[in-house]
Amino acid sequence: MLAQGLATAYLSLIVLLPLAALVWHAAGGGVDDFRAAVTDPQAVSALRLTLVASVAVALINAVMGTIVAWILVRDRFPGQSIVNALVDLPFALPTIVAGLTLLTLYGPTSPVNVDVAFSRTAVLLALLFVTLPFVIRTVQPVLLELDREMEEAAASLGAGSFQIFRRIILPNLFPAILSGVALAFARAIGEFGALVLITGNLPFETEVASVYIFGRIESGDPRSAAAVSVVLLLITFLALLLIGALRRRVTRHDAVA
Amino acid sequence: MTRLRRYALRFIGLGYLGVLLAAPVGLVFQRAFQDGFGAAWDAVTTPAAKHALVVTLIIAAIAVPANTIFGIVCAIAIVRHRFPGKNVVNVIVDLPLALSPIVVGLAFLLLFGTEGWLADLPFDVVFALPGMVLATIFVSLPFVVREVVPVLREIGTEQEQAAATLGAGGWQIFRRVTFPAIRWAVAYGVVLTTARALGEFGAISVVSGRLIGKTESLTLHVEERYQSFDYVGAYAASVLLAMLAIATLVAMTVFRPKEETR
Repeated sequence: MLAQGLATAYLSLIVLLPLAALVWHAAGGGVDDFRAAVTDPQAVSALRLTLVASVAVALINAVMGTIVAWILVRDRFPGQSIVNALVDLPFALPTIVAGLTLLTLYGPTSPVNVDVAFSRTAVLLALLFVTLPFVIRTVQPVLLELDREMEEAAASLGAGSFQIFRRIILPNLFPAILSGVALAFARAIGEFGALVLITGNLPFETEVASVYIFGRIESGDPRSAAAVSVVLLLITFLALLLIGALRRRVTRHDAVA
Repeated sequence: MTRLRRYALRFIGLGYLGVLLAAPVGLVFQRAFQDGFGAAWDAVTTPAAKHALVVTLIIAAIAVPANTIFGIVCAIAIVRHRFPGKNVVNVIVDLPLALSPIVVGLAFLLLFGTEGWLADLPFDVVFALPGMVLATIFVSLPFVVREVVPVLREIGTEQEQAAATLGAGGWQIFRRVTFPAIRWAVAYGVVLTTARALGEFGAISVVSGRLIGKTESLTLHVEERYQSFDYVGAYAASVLLAMLAIATLVAMTVFRPKEETR
C-alpha cells in the first residue's frame, strides 16, 4: 500500500501537476486562440520539420545502428571494447556539449572545410548524434542471443549470405530494430540542446518545434508556447504508446524463441 | 561471410562512429587546450565557471538521491503490487524520456510563474534553484525505475516469501533479500540518472532565467560563453562536462556486465 501511494504521489507532484498547468494555460485562451497558435505558419513549419527530420533520423539509425551492432557482435577487431563503450557517449554527454562538438568540426571554423552549420543537414547531424546508441543497444543483445545453428543450417542447404541475412537474421532482429527506432524517433522529436547552437534557429528553415517553443517563451508569449507544447506532448504520447506496443511484441517474441 | 564484405561492414560502421562521434569530441579537447593547459584551467576557474559547477553539483546532489529512492519504491509498486491505474503509471514514468525538455521547463514555468497555480509560495521557485532542481528531477526520473523493474520481475518473489515465512518484516525483507538482488541495477540506474542530471540543458534554460553567477549551471555556462565569443571558456567548460560524461561511461561499463552475467 505504502509503495504505490508514494509512487503515485511523487509522479503526480513532479510530472502530472506541471503538465496539467501546461494544458490549462494552453486552453486558457479558448479554442480559437489555441487553433491560431498551432496553425501559425512558423509553428506548422517547425512541427513539420521536427516530424520529417525525426523520421529520417529514425530510418538512418535503423540501417547504421544495425551495422554497428553487427560489427560489435559478429566481428573481432582491436579496440572493440573501447568502441563498444564509446557508443554510450551520446547518452552521457550533455546535449549542449554535443551541439558544440559538432559545430566545431562541421561549422564555420571546421578544420576539414565541411561547413553544414545553419542548414537542415545540421539538424539531421545533431539528431543522429544524440540518437546514435538506441538501435545499437536494442539490437546488440538480440544478436548476441541469436542461434548460429539456424544460419549454418541455411548455409548447408545452399542459401547465400544475403539470403541468410534476409530470411534468417533480419526477421529475428526486426522487433529489436523497430523498438530502437521508436526510441530514437521519440528522442529526436523533443531534442533541443544539441540543435540550438548548430542550426542557427532560422524560422521556416532550421527551426524545430522545441526551438520554436523556446522562442515563443523568450518573446513573452507563453500561451502559444503552451499550445504548441501540447501538440508536441500528444506526439510524444503517441510515440510512447507505440514503443509500449513494440516492447510487448519484442518480449512475446523472446518468450516464443 | 567473405573477408571483403566483413571489412566493408567494419569500415562503414567504424567510419560512421568516427565521423559522427569520435572526431568531433576529439576536436573539442584539442580546441580547449590549443592555448595551453593554463588558459583552459583559467577558463574553468573564473568565479562564474566555479559557481556554475557548484550549481550543477547541488542540483545533481538533490535530484539523484530523490529519484533513486522514488525509483526503487516505484519499481516495487509496479512489479509487486496490483493497483488501479498501474498502466497509466507505467506510461507516465516513461514520459520524461521522450518529452522535450523545453516543454518540461515551460510546464514548471506556468505552474510556479506569476500566473501559475502555485505562484504564491513563500520562496522563489522559478528563476531560482528550486525550479532547476524540480525540472532536473522530472527529466532524470525514469532511469532507476526502468533499470530495476526487469530485475525485480526476473528474481521473482520466492525468496521474499521464504523470508516472510521465517518471520522477517517488510523492511527486513527489503534490506536483506530484495535490495541485494537489485543493487547492480540500482547502481546502473543511478549512473544514468547522474549523467542526465549533470547534463540537463533545455528545461533548466527555461526555468532558470540564466542569471550569471546565480542560476547558471555548467551547461548554461557553456552556451553563454559561446554566445559571448569566449570560445576557450566554452570549450574548457565543455571538456569538464565531457570528462564527467566519460567518468560516467566508465562507471556504466563497470556496472553493466555484472548485471548481464548475474
